[in-house]
Amino acid sequence: MRVRLTAESVHNELVRRIEEYSGQDLMACYQCGKCAAGCPVAFAMDMLPSQVIRYAQLGLVETLLESKTIWLCAACQTCYTRCPKGIDLSRIMEALREIVMFERGSHINYDELLPEDLAEWPQQAFISGFRKYAL
Amino acid sequence: MKVSYFPGCTLNTTGKGYDTAVRASAAAVGLDLVELSEWNCCGATFPLIIDNMLELAAPAHILVSARAQGVGGSAPLLTTACTTCYNVLNRTNRFIREHLDERDRINSFIESDYSGEVEVKDILHLLRDDIGFDTVGQKVQMPLKGLKVAAYYGCMVLRPPAEVAYDDPDNPRSLDDLMASLGATPVDYPHKNECCGAYLAVKAPEVTREMAYTILRSAHSAGAEAVVTNCPLCQFNLDRRQREMTQLRAGFVPLPVYYFSQLMGLALGLDASGYGWERHYVDARPLLRTLGLWNG
Repeated sequence: MRVRLTAESVHNELVRRIEEYSGQDLMACYQCGKCAAGCPVAFAMDMLPSQVIRYAQLGLVETLLESKTIWLCAACQTCYTRCPKGIDLSRIMEALREIVMFERGSHINYDELLPEDLAEWPQQAFISGFRKYAL
Repeated sequence: MKVSYFPGCTLNTTGKGYDTAVRASAAAVGLDLVELSEWNCCGATFPLIIDNMLELAAPAHILVSARAQGVGGSAPLLTTACTTCYNVLNRTNRFIREHLDERDRINSFIESDYSGEVEVKDILHLLRDDIGFDTVGQKVQMPLKGLKVAAYYGCMVLRPPAEVAYDDPDNPRSLDDLMASLGATPVDYPHKNECCGAYLAVKAPEVTREMAYTILRSAHSAGAEAVVTNCPLCQFNLDRRQREMTQLRAGFVPLPVYYFSQLMGLALGLDASGYGWERHYVDARPLLRTLGLWNG
């Protein structure tokens, strides 16, 4: 993919919002890939965790907002625990989810939930799920 | 020893058997759990957005209740057997201690003056350091002889290590050591601290099924005949989809997934009839019967 970079396109408004919401320094990442190597959900993702931060460094946030990856991060914090630069990638994932939901509303439709699932799930599953997938 | 106890939502509903077993087995080893006279849901996630004080109001309110109850030693002590509740309460408590401006905002919202006076300790941490696994071992009536079990810790008591871990986040031992003190044989395997998928179960159950499969296969390869955990959501995720795994994966061997307190109560010779055995998806009783460890 050919990408044209300028100072404004790299540090655009969406990048600044990610930094503000997450409190993380995106430029601290030097792409060692430990986050992607250790991520237990990477097998199901369309973008690796390390790619998420790389795209954000390059200002390509729109691609991230369309990715499945941001909804598959389970916030297990394995990446944060292993990151040699101390970046909490799960906070960046949460910032991306929030940006999407501010624009488009919740990522979960309560009407589609089956009563038998609600009866079966541990309370903490849907409380934490609703907190991650809804505003 | 007396300590304030926060059951949380899951242990009050689908995890009721876990809760019953926790209370009984803690009492049997001299840990007196005094349920908070007033409590609410902790929110089940620690907010990861920097400026999200609203989600800290619920756990802060629980900490205020624990302070008011005042049970403990030099500081009011609060424990819980839900690892998610532990993670949220402990991180909130630290956050309030360390962030003075945000503390004021939270306090003005919940109309309190809380500044982090409570100490939050996971129940396994209390059993290890305040009661002692040796003491637990001395009270065992029926050693869990022959039970080869894989201890599964999940995420919430290990990560982020600087805020919540009381064990080695890469090679935790506390649950293994508790099982050994009960006479069981803990099996070492590499996935004991790998995430089960947590709340992804709500939106992507096929993903949590694959994550659980990886963990269960790893435990089985290492020689385990069962898994034991201290997290009600991990228990569900590991247990729930094993029937599908049997259909999808040739050679998959289902493993019962116990709560630590169920095994602890059995080993201590307590009446285990109310421990929620009927809620398991993979029947947790046949293995115990085979090993002569079932008293029901």
